[in-house]
Amino acid sequence: MSQASTEIIRISGHAGSVPGAGLNREFQVCKLVDTTTCIGCKACEVACLEWNGYTFSETTFDNTYQTMPETAWNYWNLIKFNEHERADGSMMLLMRKDQCMHCEDPGCLAACPADGAIVQYANGIVDFQEQHCIGCGYCITGCPFNIPKFSPEARKVFKCTLCSDRVAVGLEPACIKACPTGCLHFGTKPEMKALAETRAEQLRNVSGFTDAGVYDPPGVSGTHVIYVLHDAKNPELYGGLPNDPHIPYSVRLWKGPLKWLGNFAIIGGLVGLAWHYMRYGPKKEEPIPPDDGRRV
Amino acid sequence: MIPRYSLGERANHWLGSLAYIYLLMTGLAFWSPYLYWMAAVVGGASTAQFWHPWFGLIFTVSLFWTFANWRRDMSIDDNDRAWAKAMPEYIQNRDDKLPPVGRFNYGQKLFFWGMLYSVILLLLSGVVLWYTETLPWSLRYVRYAAILIHASVALVTIGLFLIHVYMSTILEEGSFSAMVHGYVTRAWAWTFHRTWYYEVTGRSRPEK
Repeated sequence: MSQASTEIIRISGHAGSVPGAGLNREFQVCKLVDTTTCIGCKACEVACLEWNGYTFSETTFDNTYQTMPETAWNYWNLIKFNEHERADGSMMLLMRKDQCMHCEDPGCLAACPADGAIVQYANGIVDFQEQHCIGCGYCITGCPFNIPKFSPEARKVFKCTLCSDRVAVGLEPACIKACPTGCLHFGTKPEMKALAETRAEQLRNVSGFTDAGVYDPPGVSGTHVIYVLHDAKNPELYGGLPNDPHIPYSVRLWKGPLKWLGNFAIIGGLVGLAWHYMRYGPKKEEPIPPDDGRRV
Repeated sequence: MIPRYSLGERANHWLGSLAYIYLLMTGLAFWSPYLYWMAAVVGGASTAQFWHPWFGLIFTVSLFWTFANWRRDMSIDDNDRAWAKAMPEYIQNRDDKLPPVGRFNYGQKLFFWGMLYSVILLLLSGVVLWYTETLPWSLRYVRYAAILIHASVALVTIGLFLIHVYMSTILEEGSFSAMVHGYVTRAWAWTFHRTWYYEVTGRSRPEK
């Protein structure tokens, strides 16, 4: 967890202001994952486990090289392997490093009710602060990438931290340090975006991947993990990368209009009842008259 | 004094109310950051997240027991529908302009059925939220529906709760002690539930 607590620009479930409001930071960080040069060696998976202190999990074999079906509470990044048959009949093995995308507009943070359990730093990293996590799992509902994972023992949720602790002291994330091919890059968002666009152009003009492009989804106002894809028009081919990810509308509705409506209704109700009592007073029981109206 | 609520009915009512108050405090804490402190008062936010579903089950059982006991008393008939048309008179405390009511009036019946249907929806959506991490990604739409249903229906029950507490403590004197001791005065019964007063005091109903 980062020491730079004053550089927090967003806090989950928080009543009041944030310490990083009005902060002027020079840059936001970004991890670039070039799926076109990944060889699926999984050094990044191992590095992540080593840095964060997790032991290697048992592999779930599903006829591919993939370690397990999806990330886990103790397995924060995962190479997703998918075979793809191209139009000309040739086969491609698509390999995409799956982990938290560190959205600029994070759905997990929006959904979380616990004060301070999820924070967003000025550098763009979205970090879980598990000491404040209450284990409700709303973040699981808020995330469009299926990333937060629940630990039944800890009763809390975990995900990739973009090595916020390493970044805070000027190191690159563990996965980037371990990558042997250099397909993982780390730097500022503008730098990484430019590098990605250059590579995508090279893929389009030189390598014949006419639909190559950069994945930096606008639906979540961009992400601090971006991909270069051979086929940017079909991200789902890369192990279920969503085509147009955004915070689910139900979460927006719940935390937006429904919240206002509910709060007004509760306060209005209390005010209304107080007004009713002042205007009409209590109902009083009447003494029973000699003829109480019954007929025997 | 006339007996109105048996010991079982009263005990069940208070069990359900205590469960509801816990649900209300923890639920409001999860609902709004400005009310997050409410969870601290009842044992902390993590604890609240653990116990909220269990108290939900207790509340459900209490309401189902009430349903088993009172479903006949709570059935809605033509007298209720006539009463419903004159409800503005009731709200403005002109009770003399309303037809006489039995053990429970239309407002109480609405409260009963409203809470019963709400608790069923809260239970179903609540179970989805309780084990939210076990639902696969392909069924995420069930999670999306559950968070909306759970929050909206909870708000409905809060509204019903506010009216219920207001009416039974401040507005209609004698109601609160009825639920504690089980007895009401003859005058209370004659004023507020006249048809029930006739039945309970052993004489036949008045001619129509």
